[in-house]
Amino acid sequence: MLKVLKLAARNLARYGRRTLLTTGLIILGVVAVLLFIAISGSFKGLIVGQITDSVLGHLQVHRKGYVASIDNLPLNLNMKPGAVSKVEQALKGIDAVAVWSPRVKFGAMFSNFSETTSIRLNGVIPEQEAAAMPLLPGRLVQGSAADGLLARGKVLIPEILARGMKIKVGDTIVLIATNLDGSVNGKTFVVQGVLGDVTGPGGRDGYVHIEDARELLRMTGAEVSEIAVRLKDLGKLASAKAQVVQALSEVRNPQGQPALDVHGWDQLSPFANIARMIDLLDIFIRVMLVGIVLISVMNVMMMAVYERIREIGTIAAIGTPPRRILGLFLSEGLLLGLIGTAIGTVVSLGLVYALNLWPVQFKFGRQLDLVLTPSIAAADVLLIAATVLFVAIAASLQPAWKASRMDPIAALRHV
Amino acid sequence: MPLVSAVRLVKTYRAGDVDVPAVRGVDFAIEPASFVAFVGPSGSGKSTLLNMVGCLDHPTSGTLTVLDTDVATLDRRASAEFRGHNIGFIFQDFNLIPVLSARENVEYPLLMVQNWPAEKRRARVAELLDAVGIADQADKRPDQLSGGQKQRVAVARALVAHSKLVLADEPTANLDHDTAYRIIALMKKMRDEFGTTFVFSTHDPKIVGEAEVTFALEDGRLVNNSGATHA
Repeated sequence: MLKVLKLAARNLARYGRRTLLTTGLIILGVVAVLLFIAISGSFKGLIVGQITDSVLGHLQVHRKGYVASIDNLPLNLNMKPGAVSKVEQALKGIDAVAVWSPRVKFGAMFSNFSETTSIRLNGVIPEQEAAAMPLLPGRLVQGSAADGLLARGKVLIPEILARGMKIKVGDTIVLIATNLDGSVNGKTFVVQGVLGDVTGPGGRDGYVHIEDARELLRMTGAEVSEIAVRLKDLGKLASAKAQVVQALSEVRNPQGQPALDVHGWDQLSPFANIARMIDLLDIFIRVMLVGIVLISVMNVMMMAVYERIREIGTIAAIGTPPRRILGLFLSEGLLLGLIGTAIGTVVSLGLVYALNLWPVQFKFGRQLDLVLTPSIAAADVLLIAATVLFVAIAASLQPAWKASRMDPIAALRHV
Repeated sequence: MPLVSAVRLVKTYRAGDVDVPAVRGVDFAIEPASFVAFVGPSGSGKSTLLNMVGCLDHPTSGTLTVLDTDVATLDRRASAEFRGHNIGFIFQDFNLIPVLSARENVEYPLLMVQNWPAEKRRARVAELLDAVGIADQADKRPDQLSGGQKQRVAVARALVAHSKLVLADEPTANLDHDTAYRIIALMKKMRDEFGTTFVFSTHDPKIVGEAEVTFALEDGRLVNNSGATHA
């Protein structure tokens, strides 16, 4: 095998410029694919992380029908205390679940005593919310979470609201909400912090303590609008979701129907569609790579066979077995792929390293100063390398087969 | 027992709807270690005969035995194996592999056809390069060698695997007169040294005189054979 590879390498060196061009194309393809995977993966991971770790969580549990009406924040579709306790009991028994945070979601009027506007609020247990949404404390652009994310009687408000109504930390504001019965209640709060906006649903919501929310809404029981769940591994979302669905299937309404819905983050955020588009582009660019390798290697190998017909006739005449002639030309294709992949991978790793050394900042939606930290997984490198090598060999197969089947007399007579 | 034996050998090519006879019922025998020439004008069937003897082509009819093997029955793969182990070739255009040095060209049949171990291979190649008088040019590529030097390399390559039969189709056609004589003399010397049978085709009357056995061909038929076989 080594002797065939050695001869194949010399044959490639014989047509230096052509080999360089073909290898260059393969390098370009490999770099394009690996860089795209690294950058798009980083972008996707960053945005998904922002969405799941600061607002949505990985999974959410609601009463059936709540998500369909979520824009109205319907108080009549909250989970009752009995259901909440069953959900919490079920979540405790699932190993894939790390933590969860119950929320009371509601809309309110927000007044600074001179101006009034509307606001969407989450009543949360601060410790549980901070554990389930680890990026939430980091969103504070004013105020601090050093003494806890949120105290009773305090409110965290979105930056856009603070800026628009010129409110700062320590100011007193009034929240006025309509409860389930239609009566209105108001309560004063002190602003504890201002939250930077994030993309996606809930990215411009405010936060109060869950007990304050229940008091404002005059709830008599420990109702909950949603339970945001954080998993130990987001990569196992599908299986974890199936486990949660299975565990909650016993919680039924008086009509005997399942009373609860479980949604993954991808069902709740429009960014999931962008993520799917990125995945589609990823497939597309891999197909492009296959095309580049296939066409360039096949072209160069067909030319190699055509230009070396007499040489093929000679080696066939002196007794080189057809399978060895086949192997020789396949080796030339393999080497083209191998060199292209090796150099392409090294160049890609170098560029990824450079992108981490000099990070690229970008903004997405309402989020500013996002920093890309691209990385390439070994599995991706191996998969791309295997693809290129396989395609390079496949592209060489027809010319190599033709060479191995060549009639020595006709080949020797070729001019 | 002849090394090569042909009985009523016929080769007909098909060109469209027309049968074109190239060899028309030829009988001959070639003894081991002989120095044989097939002579005749272009189109007389010399190359076709050599191709059949060299297992590069099959006869249309008749019997052709080479080294006790009925070569007409060999398929493509078996023909390649038979050639690789028994027959050496020398071509008019030398046909050396351009990316290999003279040494590597000579080594090629041992490496890519017969899988000899490295040490034995090196010794044999050195012996042959020395025998054809090209040892000092061993590391040069074909494009750095003269025509005569290239043909010496080709002779060494044809002999390196202990071939019992070497076929040379117009081996001196691309060489000047003196070089042509030197190559023929070298082939004879190799025959004497290694006992290999050399069969070559030519239409150069001066070179024909160097052959010990001559088969003259015309329109695919043997018209004359002269000389005694070298026993």
